[in-house]
Formats: sequence, C-alpha cells, structure tokens
Amino acid sequence: MAWYLRWRNVFRDDALSTELDAELAYHLAETADRLIEAGMPEAAALIAARRQLGNYTIQKERARDMNVATWLDQLRADAVYGIRQLKQSPGFTAVAVLSLALGIGANAAIFQLVNAIRLKLLPVKDPEQLVVVDWNKDSARAGSWSTRSANFTYTQWDVLQAQQKAFSDMIAWSASQFDLTSGGEPRFAQGLYVSGSFFPALGVGAELGRTLGASDDNATCNAGAVISDAFWHREFGGDPRALGRRLMLNGYPVPVIGVTPPSFFGVEVGHRYDVAIPLCADRLMAEDHKGRIPGRADWWLSIMARLKPGWTVKSASAYLSAISPTVMRMTLPEDYKPGLAKKYLADKLNAKEADNGVSDIREGSENALNLLLSITGLVLLIACANLANLLLARATVREPEIAVRLAIGASRWRVVRQLLAESLILAVSGAVLGVFVAYALTRGLIALLETPDSPTFLSLSWDWRVLAFTAGLAIGTCLLFGLVPALRSTVLSPAAAMRASGRTATAGRERFGLRRALVTGQVALSLLLLVGALLFVRSFHKLLTTDAGFSREDVVVVQIDFSKASYPETQRLTVYRNLIERLAAMPGVISAAQVGFAPVSGSGWDNSIGPENTPAAGSNKQAWFNRAGPGYFKTMGIGLLAGREFTDHDRAASAKVAIVNEEFARKYFHGINPVGHTFHLEMGAGKPEPLFQIVGLVRNTKYYDLKEEFRPIGFFPVAQDEHPGPGMNVVLRIAGSPGSIIRGAKTAIAGVSSSISMQIRMFSEQLSDSMRGERAMAILSGAFGALAACLATLGLYGVMSYMVARRRKEIGIRMALGADRRRVVQLVLKEAVLLLAIGLAAGVALSLWTAQLAQKLLFGVQPRDALSLGGAVALLSAIAMLAGYIPARRAAAGDPMSAVRIE
Amino acid sequence: MPKSPNDKLQGTLTLLVLKTLNTRGPLHGYGLCEHIRSVSDELLQVEEGSLYPALHRMEQDHWISSKWEITNKGRQAKFYSITAKGKKQLAEENESWARLTRGVMRVLTYS
Repeated sequence: MAWYLRWRNVFRDDALSTELDAELAYHLAETADRLIEAGMPEAAALIAARRQLGNYTIQKERARDMNVATWLDQLRADAVYGIRQLKQSPGFTAVAVLSLALGIGANAAIFQLVNAIRLKLLPVKDPEQLVVVDWNKDSARAGSWSTRSANFTYTQWDVLQAQQKAFSDMIAWSASQFDLTSGGEPRFAQGLYVSGSFFPALGVGAELGRTLGASDDNATCNAGAVISDAFWHREFGGDPRALGRRLMLNGYPVPVIGVTPPSFFGVEVGHRYDVAIPLCADRLMAEDHKGRIPGRADWWLSIMARLKPGWTVKSASAYLSAISPTVMRMTLPEDYKPGLAKKYLADKLNAKEADNGVSDIREGSENALNLLLSITGLVLLIACANLANLLLARATVREPEIAVRLAIGASRWRVVRQLLAESLILAVSGAVLGVFVAYALTRGLIALLETPDSPTFLSLSWDWRVLAFTAGLAIGTCLLFGLVPALRSTVLSPAAAMRASGRTATAGRERFGLRRALVTGQVALSLLLLVGALLFVRSFHKLLTTDAGFSREDVVVVQIDFSKASYPETQRLTVYRNLIERLAAMPGVISAAQVGFAPVSGSGWDNSIGPENTPAAGSNKQAWFNRAGPGYFKTMGIGLLAGREFTDHDRAASAKVAIVNEEFARKYFHGINPVGHTFHLEMGAGKPEPLFQIVGLVRNTKYYDLKEEFRPIGFFPVAQDEHPGPGMNVVLRIAGSPGSIIRGAKTAIAGVSSSISMQIRMFSEQLSDSMRGERAMAILSGAFGALAACLATLGLYGVMSYMVARRRKEIGIRMALGADRRRVVQLVLKEAVLLLAIGLAAGVALSLWTAQLAQKLLFGVQPRDALSLGGAVALLSAIAMLAGYIPARRAAAGDPMSAVRIE
Repeated sequence: MPKSPNDKLQGTLTLLVLKTLNTRGPLHGYGLCEHIRSVSDELLQVEEGSLYPALHRMEQDHWISSKWEITNKGRQAKFYSITAKGKKQLAEENESWARLTRGVMRVLTYS
C-alpha cells in the first residue's frame, strides 16, 4: 500500500473515526431492525445487535489502525535493529560516521561560504528591489580612487539624484577606516560615510537611539555616528549609556547617536561596518577641510537604488543608459584633456541586481570557491565509495542471515528497507557531526583568509539553504552508499546464498567485481585530488621562493601618520629627516630609508610617460611609480645595475631625477642603458609635463602582488615631492631580533611626539598576508588530498583483507601443497597492484583532462605539471602498496592446517 | 448451527466480498453480510469484526471504491462497489480458490 495513504490514516484520525462510527452505526441499526421484525422487543434487539457486532471499540481500532500500526512498528523495529547492528561493530560505525562527518562537514562549510558570499539576501527591507548603479565595461575615467568599490564622485551623486525618475530612493556610501586612538599604535574601526537616505531607504532602524536621517547630511554636519551592534558590544560592552558618548575618529570627536540591529552588517558582503557617519563629515575629517565632496575627479562613492514599483532591473538599466549623456555632461571633471573628455562623455551607466549586496570578494573568490566545492564533493564521493565498499563486505558476512529472512517469507523490499534504515542512521549521524565540523571549518577558513589590514566578515548563520544542502547531502549519500549494497545483497535466491556460505574453496568472483570497481574509482579520484594538492602546494612554494627583486627577510616596514600632530607642510620634510635619523641610529638597524609605500602593500600609482622628449599625453606608454629616499634600494636589497641611488643632494630645488627598472628600460628605451636619458610625465589639463632625467637603473621588482609579471616602474626622490602628505613609510634593514627593534622603533617615534600614529611590522609578514589566498588553497587542497588518499587506502585495505579472508582456505591448500610464503604474498599483491594500476591510470587521465580548471589559480606551475603528477602517483602507490602488503603478510603467516580445518 | 470460520481461511473473505459486489452491484457492509448469509443458505456467516477492516483494506488497495448514499429507509450508508482492479483480483482469487478446493478434494477423496 502506498505510504501516503498510511500517513493519511495517521493524520486524518478524526475524519476516519467519524466515518467508521457512522458506518458501524448503520450496521447496528439494520441488525436491530431485522431482530425487531423477527419479534424481539426493541431494547433487547439493540443489545443483541451490539453483541453480535462484537467489541465496538476494538472493531474501530482494528479497522482504522491495522495498517498504520504495523507500518510504524516496522519503522521503529528497523531503527532499533539498525542501531543494534551498528553497535555490534563499533569500528565500522566509527569509520563510517567519521568519514561521512568529514565529507559532509567540508561540503557544508564551503557551501556556507558560497551561500554567505553569493546567495544570501541582504538583511534589509525588500532587498529584491535594490540595484547597484555601475559603469559599463571599458568606461573611460581618470582621477583618484580612494576606497574599495568606489565608483562615483559626489557631483555625479548629486546630479544622478536630481535627474533620475526610475528609483524611489537612492543611497550612497563610501568605506573608510577610522583610527580610534589619538596617537601611538592605531586601532582601526571599519567606517562608512553614508548619505542621509542610507538607513531610511534600506529600512534599517535603530535598536538603540536613532539612525541617521536625510536631515543629518547637511552643511553643519554635527549629527554624530551610528554604530553597529557588534561594535557596540566590543567597544562599549553593550552599555545603553554609550549613547551620547564621544568616539575619536581620526582624532575628531563624534558622539554616538544610535546602534543598528545585530543582523545589519552594511551592504558590502565580506565586510562589516563599525561606525557610520554622514557623507558631509568627509569635509571635517579631511586634512585640507575640503575633502572629496568638491572634487570632480575624486572617486569615492558607491551607489545603490530602490526600484519604483513597475520598474525592472532591465528597464532601469536602459533608463540609466539613456540619461547617461546628460549626467556625463553635467559632471565632466574640469581638468580632463579633450581626448579623455570625449570618451568620458560617451560613458554609460547601468543597473545590476543587488538583492544580495555588493562584494569585492565575490568575483575574486568565485574560481577558488567553485574549485573547493568540487574538491569537497569528490572527497564526499570517495567517502561514499568507501562506505559502499564496507557495506558490501558487511552484506556478504550477513548473507546467511538475509537468506534466512528471505526464506521465511520477508519480501525483498522489506529487507532492503531494513538495510537502508541502517545506512540512513549512519548518514544522519554523519551529517549531525558534520555540522560541527562545518562550524569549525568555516571559522578556520575565514581566519586563514583574514589579515589585520583587511578584516573579513561573513554572515554565517545557518539559514534554510545551508540546512537543506546538508540534509540533501545526508540523504543523497545514504542512497549513494546504501542502496546498491542493499539491492545486491537481496538479489540472490535464498537457497543459493545459504549454500554459498563458505562451502566453496574459492570465493565466487562474480559478486566481487563491484567492489573492485569501487576501489579503482577511489584510487582514481584520490589521485586527482592529490595532484591538485601538489599543484597548489608547489604553486605556493613558487610564490614563497620566486625572485621578487627585493629581499624578503630582515626588513621592517614602519608606517607613520602625522595627521594628528598637525605639522605644517613646510616643516614636514625636516621632521621626516629627523625621524629617519633617529630610526637609523637604533642598535640593530643597518640602514633606514624613506619610501612612498612598501612594495606589495596594495598601494599603487600609474601614469603615461613620453620617453626622450616626446609628449606623455596620449602616448599610451604606461608606467607605475613610487617615491624613494636615499639608500632605499640598498635597504631593500634591490640591485643597482647602473648609475646611482638618490642622495641627499636630490632636493626640491635641484633638477628632477628618476630611477627606473629593467622593464622600464626594455620597454621604453629598447633595452639600452637609460641612464642619462629623459622622459616626460603626463599631468592634468593646463599643466606643463615635467621632464625627468634618469640617473639610475635597478633590477625588476614586484609592484602590486607577487604573482604579477614585472611592470615598468619609475622611482622619484621623496625630497622632490611637491606636496608631502601627513604620513610616511620607512623601511629598515635589520640584523638581530625583530621584536626588540620594533619595540625600540616605537619608543623612538613616541619620543618625537605622542600624537604620531604608527604601524610597525616585518616586511615578510606583509608579504605572507598578500599570499593568504594561495596559502589557504595549499593548506585546504593538501588536507583534502591527504584525506582522500587515506580513504582510498582504507578502501583498498578493506578489499584486500576481505579477499584474503575469503580465499583463506584456498591459500591454506596452496601452502599445504608446498607454496612458500613469498608466493602467497605475491599472489595477494598481484591483485592489489592490478587494482592500483587501473585506478592510477584512470586518475592520471582524469587529472590531465581537468587540470585546466586550476590554471587561473596557479602561479609558476603548469596545470599539467609532470612533477606533481609523478609525485602523486608515487605517494599513492607507496601507501596503497602498504595497504595491500599487510593483508598479504597476514595471509602468508596463517597456519595452513587451521585454514583448511576452519569449517 | 455453528458459524463457519470462513475468515480464518485466508483470502476467502476477500473473495466473497469481491464476488458479491461483482454480481450484486453496490452494497453496504450490512447488505454484504446479509447477502452472503442468505445466498449460502446461512452456512456462511460473515463475522462483522473482520468485515469492516477487510473492506477498508480492500478500499486502500483500490479493489473497491465507496460512496455515501441514503437507503430507502432514509439512513446514511456507505455503499461499496468493485473497481476494475478489483475485478482482476477477483479473477485471480477465484482461480486460486478453485485450485485449492480441487486439491483439497483430491486429497479427501483419495482412497
């Protein structure tokens, strides 16, 4: 009978009961009628009728429950019996549950990240109405970009708001970092500048106090700051009296006016906001008290909008594209030269769905996450194959039991169901344990990817997607590893099974094929994962050892920020020199030099150049730049190939000079020694292009990250910077313990002024932060590869042990007839080698076929890397042979007599 | 007269119900009892305790279907009728019953 009918019986208890009552009542009435007709008095007739019907309640119960009760009882019996069976073999149960927990947990963890980064909706009002306003690809813009996901200038924001008719609300924000201290080592809060419409339009209220409103973004700008729930707890211990307290943001006091609910983290997935202040506050925080609001080439805002009813993302996008010419005309930056201005006026805007927020990590992590999801998927598949194998072995052991059940009348389906119940118990236990594994793994993963400079925040709560995914995994795996063994073990005729229980000298081969196939598949898949792991480990190793042009060790980077100490611009160079001299004089410091920014720190600056007296504008000859003080190249260990370093004689007043790298010389001076040659640098409209004379040639160095190709780089002297900023970077070459030198440097700087902010770290730490993605991939793929290899080895071991057990009598007879132990070991190993060889061959083919997928994530290693492939084959062969050798030894060590006598 | 324990013989009740519904058309439970009793010259007495559970099981197996109707005495009664699937089942049960009785008769008449 169909199961849903049974369930209907369980749940439609009342309806069914009334129907039965009516039916039985009718029967009673008719019986009574007949008795009365026959002459019985009415009262007696009713009693007699009822007696004839028997026990009324029992009837009802029987009619109603007979199917349900037995069915539920069977279900319970299956569960109880399953648990008892599993208890009897704790070793098997432990291996099964543990491998499932690891497999399911790893999958759930990666899926949780995918969910948090790509799928989850923003925790705001009607997120499906939100769009993010963006530029069409290859839009021409120039200027200064000051923060992540910065896309618009303030003028554009103003004009867009006034011009558009497609959106009911528009919001703008800009991410920033606020130093909470008033000097010394900085403590940063993740800041947001937000438009007055930000909180009202998103429908985010305050859990305490109030949020910023439209009227707070005004000229006086004295509203205050809204803080996140997490920041409130971290900074104020969740004290309601935090309202009205003053926060120091970059040395500027701002009162707290409200706290947002715990679920709201901002609109950028991957980042969490701590403090939000109005856009107008940018003026107050800026050093020049003008800020980025008037700058038509200051790109610092991101814009989202809420669609009016009836508008779609597509229609809004078309609309934005249509009004783009007007917007561009009204926002054209003054200093664009005609060529760029023409391109800018042709730029188009568009709208994209933003129901799950915007994210700068989404695109970057897509490849890696997909790959990780495939890797964990394969691990789970291997774990399932392993379990199916173990279950097949168990099923063979239980063959007589199952045969008896079938012989005394159990239906095949009934036995399959019972076996599946056991698998389901395993799968569900594995999934439950896997949830804990996932919990630990996601947090570990984020910690692995996070650095002090870029805290990563992902909302990792378990929503229905993750739960459905995990439950789906549990049921899917159960069917995957449980169904085939259950079906196979019930297919044979009971008589045959009972006869076959150990009475033949050699095991039947026909039922062994599937297990061999499973082991072969496991070997193939784990080889694939091992190759992947070796590729990533080798790629990471290449990154660690690649020649970046500078020395990675024994360099300390000191970042100093004077903005709170407010030295006037004219005094700055003197203060800098004073500080560098103090740092250079410290014990353990070999040399100290100023630099615009340390390499691979994320900062950068590029412009067009015109070599040998040609104009730079429109030359399409792009180069990247940095500033360096005297002794910088020596301090960083960058080889000077020709000419000289900058010296104290390169001053603001002296001739403009530059040092370039090999790539610069190769690309723009045809590889000749460029010392003595000159180039122009592009400037804004109306300004003359300055001419620089090249005085030195240095070796190539990496600029943005270690994975890039060498770029053409030019260095200018720090002393010729016309507008020195309120901060500087110093690199120190040290000999001795970094700890004491870093402590000494802190004291030395604080000695100049206590209101100077500083950050001091080893250059190597900064480099290793820049490699965190590669490091995480190497660790994860390595761990999963090792897990896969372990599982495959376990599978092979299981099959070999089983085979040895089945052929025990045969081996005993062979030995009794004179085969020596070596022959027996060979006999068994031959089987293992065959399985391994087929698996490896399939695995190599699979690796070669899929290797291309990893290409984008690799550095310095070809996806079809022979060394990785060979290494994986060797590694897997070695441990697999060990797994085959142990059962082989055991077989050979047995006493032939006892083997033959066993029955 | 002792009741014949017809329902103890597995499957007989199903056969009787299906056969009755097939020849007599829609009937309620009481009518089924009466019909079987009278047609068998009171040799067979359907035990009500088994009849209703059996009817429900057969209904869930889609051998019979049911409908509530008013009898000519004005009472609500549940009328059962045989389905196409039930007719197939009837043919099968008929066949196996015939085989059984044939076999039993042969054993009994063997001398």
